[in-house]
Amino acid sequence: MATAHKLNDAAEAARAEIESYLEATSRKSLLRFITCGSVDDGKSTLIGRLLYDSKMLFEDQLDALASDSKRSGTQGEKLDLALLVDGLAAEREQGITIDVAYRFFTTDKRKFIVADTPGHEQYTRNMVTGASTADLAVILIDARKGVLTQTRRHSFLVHLLGIRNIVLAVNKMDLVGFDQGRFDAIVADYAAFAREVGLQSFTAIPVSGLDGDNVTSRSDAMPWYDGPALLEHLETVPVEAASYAEEPFRMAVQWVNRPNQNFRGYAGRIASGRVRVGDAISVLPAGRASHVARIVTFDGDLDEAVAGQSVTLTLADEVDCSRGDIIASAAAEPEPVSRLQATLVWMSDEAMVPHRSYWLKIGSQTVTAAIGGMGPIVDVNTMEQRRGLTLALNDIGQVDIDLDRRIPAVRYADNRRLGGFILIDKVTHATVAAGLVQAFPKSVLKASDAEDEKGSIQWIAGSGRRAHAARAAERLAALGRPAFVLDEAAIADLASDLGEEAQAERIRRAREVAKLMARAGVHVLVTLEASDEQAQPGRRIDAGSNDDEGADEWVI
Amino acid sequence: MNAPATFKTRTLTHLEQLEAESIEIMREVVAETEKPVMLYSVGKDSAVMLHLARKAFYPAPPPFPLLHVDTTWKFRDMYALRDRVAEESGMELLVYRNPEAERQGINPFDHGALHTDMWKTEGLKQALDLYGFDAAFGGARRDEEKSRAKERIFSFRSASHRWDPKNQRPELWSLYNARKAPKETIRVFPISNWTELDIWQYIYAENIPIVPLYLAAPRPTVERDGLILMVDDDRFPLREGEVSVERSVRFRTLGCYPLTGAVESEASTLAEVIQEMLVATTSERQGRAIDKDGGGASMERKKQEGYF
Repeated sequence: MATAHKLNDAAEAARAEIESYLEATSRKSLLRFITCGSVDDGKSTLIGRLLYDSKMLFEDQLDALASDSKRSGTQGEKLDLALLVDGLAAEREQGITIDVAYRFFTTDKRKFIVADTPGHEQYTRNMVTGASTADLAVILIDARKGVLTQTRRHSFLVHLLGIRNIVLAVNKMDLVGFDQGRFDAIVADYAAFAREVGLQSFTAIPVSGLDGDNVTSRSDAMPWYDGPALLEHLETVPVEAASYAEEPFRMAVQWVNRPNQNFRGYAGRIASGRVRVGDAISVLPAGRASHVARIVTFDGDLDEAVAGQSVTLTLADEVDCSRGDIIASAAAEPEPVSRLQATLVWMSDEAMVPHRSYWLKIGSQTVTAAIGGMGPIVDVNTMEQRRGLTLALNDIGQVDIDLDRRIPAVRYADNRRLGGFILIDKVTHATVAAGLVQAFPKSVLKASDAEDEKGSIQWIAGSGRRAHAARAAERLAALGRPAFVLDEAAIADLASDLGEEAQAERIRRAREVAKLMARAGVHVLVTLEASDEQAQPGRRIDAGSNDDEGADEWVI
Repeated sequence: MNAPATFKTRTLTHLEQLEAESIEIMREVVAETEKPVMLYSVGKDSAVMLHLARKAFYPAPPPFPLLHVDTTWKFRDMYALRDRVAEESGMELLVYRNPEAERQGINPFDHGALHTDMWKTEGLKQALDLYGFDAAFGGARRDEEKSRAKERIFSFRSASHRWDPKNQRPELWSLYNARKAPKETIRVFPISNWTELDIWQYIYAENIPIVPLYLAAPRPTVERDGLILMVDDDRFPLREGEVSVERSVRFRTLGCYPLTGAVESEASTLAEVIQEMLVATTSERQGRAIDKDGGGASMERKKQEGYF
């Protein structure tokens, strides 16, 4: 009896222990980071060291590592930790990393997902891929070599992809006698470069991946360094900013859930902000207004959901909303646009073809896109800018992109999830470029508070009105403002049921169309014959009979 | 006066983030492909994947069927759970057995590597071709094996089901390019970024039903070629001198019972299993004989040939 009791107590204690552990670790956060460095910087060894020292290796992996180390290792009798992370057979033969690989390790404080990317310049695209989901970048420098061209390239790309947390890991300190002077000189050198590319801040840590100095715990070999070890830093660096929880609510609709007539839900992952039941929202790009009725999940309805969560929303009104639309807080709707200024990282062996049509996937929306204007192209090796007519593999260039329909405008700098896009080749279906939305040419903005961006209605009278309207439209277009001539031909279908005598109704219909267009930001030039009373709202302009003057002055 | 409500920023936990990511992936597949299917192997990873699918499409049932590529050599407990879970989820369950393997009586005792090739690799290809599925969810994780660490979440297969590791599409942000040529198919791995520990923690937290074989119990076993094998039915031929011995064992991974090694354990509850796992010194795929034939690059080669 007593023994059984003891066993039960022991089992009970074990259960309590594991339950409290599970409870504690269920509150762990997640940090995704990328490691950048070249083949010789000891990157694989450093990651291998993080995996090895965080005790997340199992016995058979260690056995395999020991035998691999003997067969193809480069560390003599020691374990070659780099072999832990070199995956594909091809790269084991070549001794290099050729693709993005994802590694996982965990401590009591955080789970880590590491994107391990190659340092070879022909694989810049892989680094951009790895960086796109990372919240932090570890940039490796070989202490013997200092800041190299590729260090600059990696830093530039990491900065371009919007990673704000940067760790400069000065590796192989053992090979420079753990010399503080050497470390300080490299940090000063890098700081100068960081200012140049616009990096706000970075954390420099002297390490030795080979022996583990300052990797998981602080090293006795460098008493002059009083900062955290690499892992300590990774465990404590704040990641909240990357979650966009404090931004306005936005969610791209991935899928409309209609199991039956009585339920219509909009499924998606919240890109920014928070949403509560009753919140006023707008469905974009159409701008339809409604309120959030329910936040539905498998585990029951929620009162509130935040950025990063996958949820299903139902709305209070039956509004048209489908895949690709964005549900946004009514208080802060992004403007719908059909023209983007973007940075493209070209990822295909086949060069970009200007004006050819590509698919552009952004949010949960795929539209047809054509690349119009070309701005400067950056050479990531020299940081020099050049002009060109196309982009080749690994080129990074500024471009203007025309879309076949309007999408809500979100800049990459404001939200990586909604401001990043990919270009897809319509024939090969390959992902040919990564894009970052930078700005919106003014002409395509919807009417806003700024006076010069609003649409307008001009009622043009006089025998020269048609020529004036055409010239004004041309002039407006040249200034990048959308203009439309509303004449008899334009409303022919709209008024086809009307007889000759129904002139007032014809004008009324034209006026309503003009009002809608003006609201959408268009400058409407009406050339229908209308009386002063009918020509409302808007400006009434007498173009007179002279076809050659006046147009510029009164419309702009 | 009403003060404006203030909310503390809530950072999602790692499991919440993994869950949200997997759900996002599944919805993307349903929106962008013609005829998806979920490969269901009855193991713990499949259990989690199915649970996530139910969450992703709630209140609708997941809008695709489950496909079990059967080898006829799974543990009996697995067949029982499979049928129960399919019924509970409200999803259609398709079971496919390679008729050629059935006719030839391919089995793990007499045919070695051919067993996996015929039943699993060929069986999967045949089933996908037969039903015309253009996307198949699989429960593979990147932490399982070296070559999986580099595989994309959306992994394309040629018309002949081959994987080309050197020609993978870059995957940026959460923008998945699901465009494909006719006859091309996609394997989608929604739990790519989960580790074994994540899987167990999630099963525990969400109370997800799993095959009882994951929990320790006295079972009839023999030790052969360094593996503890369970004598699950009378098709198991004992070699000369072998006797079935009752051991308290559990399984870290489940497959065909004659190919799946057990570990000796007293962990009869999920909490105890997790506790053992936290101090485990043997990684899970070691229990599978399948990864061992062909040396270090074995799994990569199998994948290129079309094995999941």
